[in-house]
Amino acid sequence: MFSISTFLNSFEPLLWAARYTMLISGLGIALGLVVGALICAAALSRVAALRWFAALWVSFLRGVPLLVQLLLCYYLLPVVGINVPAMVAAVATVGICSSAYVSEIWRGAIIALPSGQAEAATAIGMRPRDIWARIILPQAFRISLPALVNELILLVKASSLVSIVGIMEVTRASQAQAATTFRPLEVYIAAACIYLIINLCLAALGRYLEHRMTV
Amino acid sequence: MDLSILLQYWPILLKGFGLTILCWFLGTVFSMILGLIISLAQRYGPRPLCWLIQVYIEIIRGTPFLVQLFVLYYGGPLLGLRLDALPAGILGLSVYGSPYFAEIFRAGYLAVPLGQLEAARAIGMSEPAIIRRILLPLSLVSALPALVNFSIILTKETVILSIITVPELMYRVQRMSTETFRYLEANLVLALFFWALVETISRLGRRLETRITRHLIERT
Repeated sequence: MFSISTFLNSFEPLLWAARYTMLISGLGIALGLVVGALICAAALSRVAALRWFAALWVSFLRGVPLLVQLLLCYYLLPVVGINVPAMVAAVATVGICSSAYVSEIWRGAIIALPSGQAEAATAIGMRPRDIWARIILPQAFRISLPALVNELILLVKASSLVSIVGIMEVTRASQAQAATTFRPLEVYIAAACIYLIINLCLAALGRYLEHRMTV
Repeated sequence: MDLSILLQYWPILLKGFGLTILCWFLGTVFSMILGLIISLAQRYGPRPLCWLIQVYIEIIRGTPFLVQLFVLYYGGPLLGLRLDALPAGILGLSVYGSPYFAEIFRAGYLAVPLGQLEAARAIGMSEPAIIRRILLPLSLVSALPALVNFSIILTKETVILSIITVPELMYRVQRMSTETFRYLEANLVLALFFWALVETISRLGRRLETRITRHLIERT
């Protein structure tokens, strides 16, 4: 029933496609970190309009399923006159979606710092800019690292949805492979194994960071 | 922008929405029950069972929901498991959610003060009674925010069922947009709709949370 040779043979094309899975989730988290930092700064700012914008941003991106965001972006971009390859649209959507989660992770990390730290820094006469650059941000970054690795794991899984806009990552490649071999069971289990391996490695990295970086 | 198609298609969309709610509700209930069983088995079961459960949790949490659905729906028949799209979708959702719920319950058990359990044992309560009257009620209260939170996440996962042709809202919207060529409007409306849905559910969830915890704080 379960054909081991089909199972093993499907690894080759799937591992080839795994580059795209890793590329999309890697670029996605990179974009998410940059945009997430901006959104987090807006959420913590003194200007009410910025805080309001950040709240709206986070609420929308966390409230709408990624699949819907993906299709929305895919159909919206040509209408507003932006013609980009599907790959760019996919990375942008995944990254922008993760920015909402990243900004919340960073906001949580900054809030979690004991306020005495900033007060002590003020008391010894540090400028606000130095307090942020040398006291708050380095510590908040360390606290947030395990959560960020977790977010990356979520992105690896979320990148499977990108298959429906036609990008040849692991899921799409396994659909193609299943269609040619007529053995969906083996092929999809092989795809699951690839995701599992990637994510177990990331989870190990997360545990290591948690162990080392705990402040 | 032309929203008149919505007027024409609303009965179909409403039907799809009904199915979305059904999938979400059954998926949440089943995965919560499964998660509860898993978490209790992990707490009280023998060692080998715990290892098996740990492997199950890692596999389900480490693979995308979409791939799990493909294995179940397209791979299942090779093992003699022939399901229609809807039961396969609900089963998939239940399996997918169960390890997350199990972890939430497990964290809830850890939050129960040890003294309470020891006191119950000291006055001679049987272990099932302790689970039923001490462990579960106390842990459920502390786990409630996380339970509500994950249930909301599951509403968003239901759209993925459209890919294995479960005719829920997302599927109907895609059908509508291919019939009318109004892809942008259809997806925009769908996005706004989900945004409103998730916001409403999370407001209700927060209200439920404060209500339940307040009630217990007053009593104890």
